Amino acid sequence: MGGQSRRFGALLLWTVPVLAALLCLGFGRYALSTGDTLRVLLSPLTGAEIAPMERSVVFGVRLPRVLTALCCGAALALSGAAFQSLFNNPLATPDTLGVSSGASCGAVTALMFRLDMISVQLCALCFGLGAVALTWSISKVRGKNSVIMIVLSGMVIGALFEAAVSLLKYVADPEEVLPTITYWLMGSLSGANYSTLLIGLPMIAAGALTIYLLRWRLNILALSEDEARSMGVNLRAMRLAVILAATAMTASCVSMCGKIGWIGLLIPHIARMLRGGNNQRIVPACVSLGAVFTLVIDTCSRSLTAAEIPVSILTALVGAPVFISLLRKTRGAAQ
Amino acid sequence: MIFSVEKGCFDYGGRPILRDLSFSVRPGEILAILGPNGVGKTTLLRCMMGFLPWKSGRTVIDGRPLADYASRELWSRVSYVPQAKGSLFPYTAREMVLLGRSAHLGVTRQPGPKDEAIATAAMEEAGIARLADKRCDRMSGGELQLVLTARALAAQPRLLVMDEPESNLDFRNQLVILDIVRHLAHEHGMSVIVNTHFPAHALKLSDKALLLGRGETDLYGAAPDVITEDNMRRAFGVNVSIHDFQRGGVTYNTVVPLSIAAQA
Repeated sequence: MGGQSRRFGALLLWTVPVLAALLCLGFGRYALSTGDTLRVLLSPLTGAEIAPMERSVVFGVRLPRVLTALCCGAALALSGAAFQSLFNNPLATPDTLGVSSGASCGAVTALMFRLDMISVQLCALCFGLGAVALTWSISKVRGKNSVIMIVLSGMVIGALFEAAVSLLKYVADPEEVLPTITYWLMGSLSGANYSTLLIGLPMIAAGALTIYLLRWRLNILALSEDEARSMGVNLRAMRLAVILAATAMTASCVSMCGKIGWIGLLIPHIARMLRGGNNQRIVPACVSLGAVFTLVIDTCSRSLTAAEIPVSILTALVGAPVFISLLRKTRGAAQ
Repeated sequence: MIFSVEKGCFDYGGRPILRDLSFSVRPGEILAILGPNGVGKTTLLRCMMGFLPWKSGRTVIDGRPLADYASRELWSRVSYVPQAKGSLFPYTAREMVLLGRSAHLGVTRQPGPKDEAIATAAMEEAGIARLADKRCDRMSGGELQLVLTARALAAQPRLLVMDEPESNLDFRNQLVILDIVRHLAHEHGMSVIVNTHFPAHALKLSDKALLLGRGETDLYGAAPDVITEDNMRRAFGVNVSIHDFQRGGVTYNTVVPLSIAAQA
């Protein structure tokens, strides 16, 4: 591939999310043309006259939701790509490893005790890390993690944490706590507002930055143990950094908008089809594609029908077939 | 760079594998390690480079024990070429070779044009420039072995450690690898330690040889002194005939296995 088409590809990666965001801001019951959206968005700078209704729709309702979709999409896709290089397994994602379930169990626990949003996030992070650790240790057979063992043990750990969530709901105070938990567990971006976004952003940004900076070195994780060490890499520290970063991003997304599945599987897969196996090129593609995909899916979820369709249903409709085809392609073999 | 092992010992669960090994390699020297299957050749390489801890004894590089070296400092001087096992990585050869630069770059740095140029030169040296854009998971064992060799060269090391580099290769590629090794040692003063199953290659290539014998004392010394019919019979339990012949003014060695020796 020539340098010119490469540069064009990179340009596309950064402009498409911006254009998609502009388009999606206009979608909805109160429709706005792209020009109008731009006029409203820029009004604080240009001082242009805009109707209060337009201001409230764009700035109050849609912008925080669009931004949350962009951030969560990028974060979930990145953490999928990170887990895939860490486990050297195209089926390793926050969902299949049980990380999302662990994180939501942690978040529910924190909600039970009526802690604030920051504690909810930290609790989600700790439980998420616990889930990866369990999945990792269960799937290790004679020092090796096979693709199928990781998927199976992730399923078991996920189920375990889901059961814990049910238990927590069962014992939760039905007057005050249970409704909060149930509402939150439904997993939707409809609750997005600036304050949850601000609380969630630091952990996503830190995780994304870590993965972005390590993007070339993620390639080394796919080598055998001795080979990777002979590349002059502190493997233990690197693995720890990647696990922490990926889990932090997942936990943060889960505490902002509940469990949205499949993005961590779909987007890295599409990125690999488009740009080959080199993580140096996959990682930026995941940020862009993950953001755009989640934004588009969320826009569909809020505007396809009068009532909102949960995002997870839409992502599953696209994700499940891809998962099946990947599972058949790898034939469950160890990588 | 002087790389030496001093009184290295290793055992698996009480069963001794390596006993009191001492050897050293100077700049431009090639050391061949020979021995029957399962005698611990790969274990020796792994201990020597710190992948496995010595039970007792140590590895010393330029007067400093291996343990004192930071990972990046060590691996920008020493390169390891593992045996090519069927690769599943979807990286192209160019991307794989570029990974060899990693010990020279800070943790968060990305390889730049200079690293790309070094990787390209390493691929040319290994004669695989034509494979640059081929994916490693679609390569034959021989092609992959050459890619791994190029990756090690991209690190611009002063010591190259190779684990049976010619085992997967056809006649031609065997010669390619041997020529590269000899060129690196003699022209660039690189030290090379190579595990091999081919005594003739060891004779052709090496200055020194280390013969690991099963239950026998290990032998270490100048290659022609170590690789003799007597020693080979004792180490491998095989009667061999070692000959040299001249062709066009160059001396070649052959080591022909004759028969399995009667148990002493």
